[in-house]
Amino acid sequence: MLDNGFPLATESNILKELIKPPTILRTVVNTITGSTNVGDQLPTGQLSVVPWRRTGVKYTNNEAYFDVIEEIDAIIDKSGSTITAEIQGVIDACVKLTGMPDLTLSFMNPRLLDDVSFHPCVRFKRWESERILSFIPPDGNFRLLSYHVSAQNLVAIPVYVKHNISFRDSSSLGRFEITVGPKQTMGKTIEGVTVTSQMPKGVLNMSLTPSQGTHTFDPVTKMLSWDVGKINPQKLPSLKGTMSLQAGASKPDENPTINLQFKIQQLAISGLKVNRLDMYGEKYKPF
Amino acid sequence: MSAAPAYSEDKGGSAGPGEPEYGHDPASGGIFSSDYKRHDDLKEMLDTNKDSLKLEAMKRIVAMIARGKNASDLFPAVVKNVACKNIEVKKLVYVYLVRYAEEQQDLALLSISTFQRGLKDPNQLIRASALRVLSSIRVPIIVPIMMLAIKEAASDMSPYVRKTAAHAIPKLYSLDSDQKDQLIEVIEKLLADKTTLVAGSVVMAFEEVCPERIDLIHKNYRKLCNLLIDVEEWGQVVIISMLTRYARTQFLSPTQNESLLEENAEKAFYGSEEDEAKGAGSEETAAAAAPSRKPYVMDPDHRLLLRNTKPLLQSRSAAVVMAVAQLYFHLAPKAEVGVIAKALVRLLRSHSEVQYVVLQNVATMSIKRRGMFEPYLKSFYIRSTDPTQIKILKLEVLTNLANETNIPTVLREFQTYIRSMDKDFVAATIQAIGRCATNIGRVRDTCLNGLVQLLSNRDELVVAESVVVIKKLLQMQPAQHGEIIKHLAKLTDNIQVPMARASILWLIGEYCEHVPRIAPDVLRKMAKSFTAEEDIVKLQVINLAAKLYLTNSKQTKLLTQYVLSLAKYDQNYDIRDRARFTRQLIVPSEQGGALSRHAKKLFLAPKPAPVLESSFKDRDHFQLGSLSHLLNAKATGYQELPDWPEEAPDPSVRNVEVPEWTKCSNREKRKEKEKPFYSDSEGESGPTESADSDPESESESDSKSSSESGSGESSSESDNEDQDEDEEKGRGSESEQSEEDGKRKTKKKVPERKGEASSSDEGSDSSSSSSESEMTSESEEEQLEPASWSRKTPPSSKSAPATKEISLLDLEDFTPPSVQPVSPPAIVSTSLAADLEGLTLTDSTLVPSLLSPVSGVGRQELLHRVAGEGLAVDYTFSRQPFSGDPHMVSVHIHFSNSSDTPIKGLHVGTPKLPAGISIQEFPEIESLAPGESATAVMGINFCDSTQAANFQLCTQTRQFYVSIQPPVGELMAPVFMSENEFKKEQGKLMGMNEITEKLMLPDTCRSDHIVVQKVTATANLGRVPCGTSDEYRFAGRTLTGGSLVLLTLDARPAGAAQLTVNSEKMVIGTMLVKDVIQALTQ
Repeated sequence: MLDNGFPLATESNILKELIKPPTILRTVVNTITGSTNVGDQLPTGQLSVVPWRRTGVKYTNNEAYFDVIEEIDAIIDKSGSTITAEIQGVIDACVKLTGMPDLTLSFMNPRLLDDVSFHPCVRFKRWESERILSFIPPDGNFRLLSYHVSAQNLVAIPVYVKHNISFRDSSSLGRFEITVGPKQTMGKTIEGVTVTSQMPKGVLNMSLTPSQGTHTFDPVTKMLSWDVGKINPQKLPSLKGTMSLQAGASKPDENPTINLQFKIQQLAISGLKVNRLDMYGEKYKPF
Repeated sequence: MSAAPAYSEDKGGSAGPGEPEYGHDPASGGIFSSDYKRHDDLKEMLDTNKDSLKLEAMKRIVAMIARGKNASDLFPAVVKNVACKNIEVKKLVYVYLVRYAEEQQDLALLSISTFQRGLKDPNQLIRASALRVLSSIRVPIIVPIMMLAIKEAASDMSPYVRKTAAHAIPKLYSLDSDQKDQLIEVIEKLLADKTTLVAGSVVMAFEEVCPERIDLIHKNYRKLCNLLIDVEEWGQVVIISMLTRYARTQFLSPTQNESLLEENAEKAFYGSEEDEAKGAGSEETAAAAAPSRKPYVMDPDHRLLLRNTKPLLQSRSAAVVMAVAQLYFHLAPKAEVGVIAKALVRLLRSHSEVQYVVLQNVATMSIKRRGMFEPYLKSFYIRSTDPTQIKILKLEVLTNLANETNIPTVLREFQTYIRSMDKDFVAATIQAIGRCATNIGRVRDTCLNGLVQLLSNRDELVVAESVVVIKKLLQMQPAQHGEIIKHLAKLTDNIQVPMARASILWLIGEYCEHVPRIAPDVLRKMAKSFTAEEDIVKLQVINLAAKLYLTNSKQTKLLTQYVLSLAKYDQNYDIRDRARFTRQLIVPSEQGGALSRHAKKLFLAPKPAPVLESSFKDRDHFQLGSLSHLLNAKATGYQELPDWPEEAPDPSVRNVEVPEWTKCSNREKRKEKEKPFYSDSEGESGPTESADSDPESESESDSKSSSESGSGESSSESDNEDQDEDEEKGRGSESEQSEEDGKRKTKKKVPERKGEASSSDEGSDSSSSSSESEMTSESEEEQLEPASWSRKTPPSSKSAPATKEISLLDLEDFTPPSVQPVSPPAIVSTSLAADLEGLTLTDSTLVPSLLSPVSGVGRQELLHRVAGEGLAVDYTFSRQPFSGDPHMVSVHIHFSNSSDTPIKGLHVGTPKLPAGISIQEFPEIESLAPGESATAVMGINFCDSTQAANFQLCTQTRQFYVSIQPPVGELMAPVFMSENEFKKEQGKLMGMNEITEKLMLPDTCRSDHIVVQKVTATANLGRVPCGTSDEYRFAGRTLTGGSLVLLTLDARPAGAAQLTVNSEKMVIGTMLVKDVIQALTQ
């Protein structure tokens, strides 16, 4: 919400107070009663000292969930050695607690966190002095903090890609083969693997057979994408086939880059561990 | 949106089947043809009594406005509804009004009275939104009304309304800039506001209306710095950029004396970044040490700004991080700028738009402060998924960061980039390699070889770019590279890119003496294809021909003439012109010749090598993070960042009358500490004692007076003491009057006091050792505290019964060795820490009066002189940590011998103690002469209970059974904590652990300092700063168990008050409540 171009309210809790987010139930109710999603109460949240939290929050089930999500971002050269790799993490929370709870979250190994940025609710001084996250949470979903794990720590990339892509000068056919395999996954399965690669302009089409998953090649954008799914360590997924190149043209001298995305559930790659979560300020037991 | 289906159904119902168009979504078009009948419908709907119809109509009208259709003819119908009860309709009417009021000014006036009514609404939200809409209506006639409304709202109770007032200021200013002076008054008033809600908005108004009135900021500077962290994010951005400008005008450049700094003060105060006060201290020492050299001393306010903005680097908002980064870049000393690098690198993980802006700024920063980003080199490596703009900016940064040590890795990275599919990026990479080669001499040959290899690349663009870069590189050292030029000459057959061809031709022409055989041949080829060439190539062909004609006219004379003739008839006049000009110069004609003699000099003059520079080189004259910096052009409304002043303007303009800023007091504290004079006589010369005269100065029996301050005088026994008392009293009141400038008074008064002391009037002397005086909750007193506290021990142990006439010096000898002055550094550091905490506290109204405890309760009798056969013993709780064991309460035992014979061998005999209680005995006093007195310190661990410690006091001849029972208030030690910590701790100690009692405060103790004094006299607690003036908070820990004791006194008007004690030890809590209430209500 802006006033004369200056942001007046950007906190989602206040905005939700003004216009309630649509839910199925509310849509039904609105249809019947003819009311709208526009809040009929004055947005008192703007007046509060903790603008991120609505007042008078009530839940029958008090619960709080915290998700630690970490991303590895790595550049790997064609021989498989890591050029740069960094771990970026966020802690997303879904807090549904009655009243004005005051939470503290502590880590087993807070030293890991090299660079952090907080939701404004986090008390910075507590973090500076004790490395504890102390905060009055906003209601609902929010991003508690995002952090960066120092680049000094070597990052073990949990997957590898074997590739063999070759263009021959004379023929109009090229060979293409990729295999994806797990590496240091600590017993967890690698899921949601997708491989995408931008092929050089000279590639007209590709005829490939995957050992699992589905693949598509867009001859216009020259984008190859392969949806692999889970990796079974016994039977590594691979994608093999040939590329048909523009006849007569010399072989393309660019190297296609391969982008690989994957997910591992229940694993924080940096080894970050949450120690405990305490709640103060409210009398009920949340969990 | 989910509302859509419901809404269309509604409409179907209301409009009836006859008008099916009604069912359309208002935004879908078609129904808003410029048919006036439609508007009649709307008018009808607006005129009905049904809110739902009105709402419907308003929705459609607003949708029309959004689509750019004219809905102004509905104005009268809409304005009527401004008084509608339905909030939703009202809101939409407001939207309409803001859009059309300017066009229909007369009619708009009809709505004004509604807003004026709204401005008086009891609900702050309605007041605020009435003002918001009123100020958005751009009708010049209502300017006076708006002005009035803004002025009124600026002094509204609700900070939210005041915030809205601040928002309204720029709106009014843009409507009528003649109001500036009045508006500045309002801004000035709002700037003084202490709430975080207002701060951001008013600074925004300040920036819009009167950015040049920097003098308005002075008084509020420290407040803004301290509030900054709690302001909402958008406000932070505005405040930070305003403070950057402010600091540039008010402080000296931290980099001006770099060289001096390095050797002198670097360690002294850069090392103490986090500890401001310490820094300030060493500043002063540095200044004192080398006044002649005048090293740069950072203004404490400058430091305050840097320190308070630093945590904001951790903000989730990229704008705030960027704002802090530019602040540090522009204001911080070189050594500290580095902290921003990490945060900026973090922003690179954000959306590409954010990345773009951040990288632009990083590129500028990395030119000036390369070292800052070097550790993060790898973070700027390019990802294949980056958009081209980002890639090019990252390249820029990588090139800026490249140096002797990291160039191999950078070049290897560049090599990979060259094979990218993004051709623009490849071209940029080649240029980057060129820049690396020029900047770092060591790798020039490697780069050149690499570039030459690229010449065989199949991609023309790559080759062309390489040629251009090679040309620039070769210009630096042409002699050694004949081979490369030959190679390039061969390329002319293949390369088609005009720029590259032109570059090659220029190179051959320039260095034709290195390739004497090939050059004419190239010219021959070019002459053949001359007509087909691009203009830029043609020009270079003429150029080449001219140069060859001058150096090798035998072989090329004909060719040159041929080329010139071709050019003479070229379509492009530029080329024709050039040809004519060249011919006149080089071909000697009959009459001319003056010029042609110098033709060689003209054409083949040695040319300076081009400098390959970053395009970000001189962007830093724009304020980083600004739009102007991003565009590299001055945007409208850009405020030039002023240069540092030569001389620092007077820093005292920022002083606020009320000394509520811990920081300034800190500074003064330091000053005081340095003066030996003070530390010597501090204890004896406290000029600030309140009406309360110290119990210790009085005769032994006057022990009760301690708990009731101010009553000491009346209860004093001996007459001569009384006189002293009166004197004291007079002086005390005097110093009370002058509490405000107590410090200056101090200096003046000390001599007087000294004189008195030397006149052996030890009554007044020891009385002044009282630290009770320091409770007058003035921050200035607080400064004295650590110093005086550290010195407190000797005087208090010295203080002897009044009846004995012993001079101070003699007493010194009697001070038992076990009486150790509390180690000053420890105390200083704790109180410092507390001070610093006070600084960052949210509420600025705080008086950070973290009073340290007062030297305990008055004397209690241990052994009466009759019972003790001449030996009188009494004790006091000194409230200092006992040196041997931190869990022990230190008790000062005062012996005085009023018998005729010396008492020998005073010691503690076998104590009979309840479980848990232990005693650290005092060393044996060998002899106490008649009339003499002595003091010893013993430690007692009471185990957090008020049980009495019973023990025997033995002399050589007798044994006395004595017992010491501690008041509950002595079983604890003060703890320093901030308000927030206090609240948090209090939150943990609810329910059973909380004891609340109501009481009536008598008239005598309604003033702040009396309450504080009474509480701290009763219990050894530390004051916790508190936001509201009627609440007093104290905190302590029990000595043995270390459990927290939190005391809150909530004084309401008319004397009613509520006392709350939170403690795990409920017994202690209950007793404490009782004691405090007794003390307060007496």
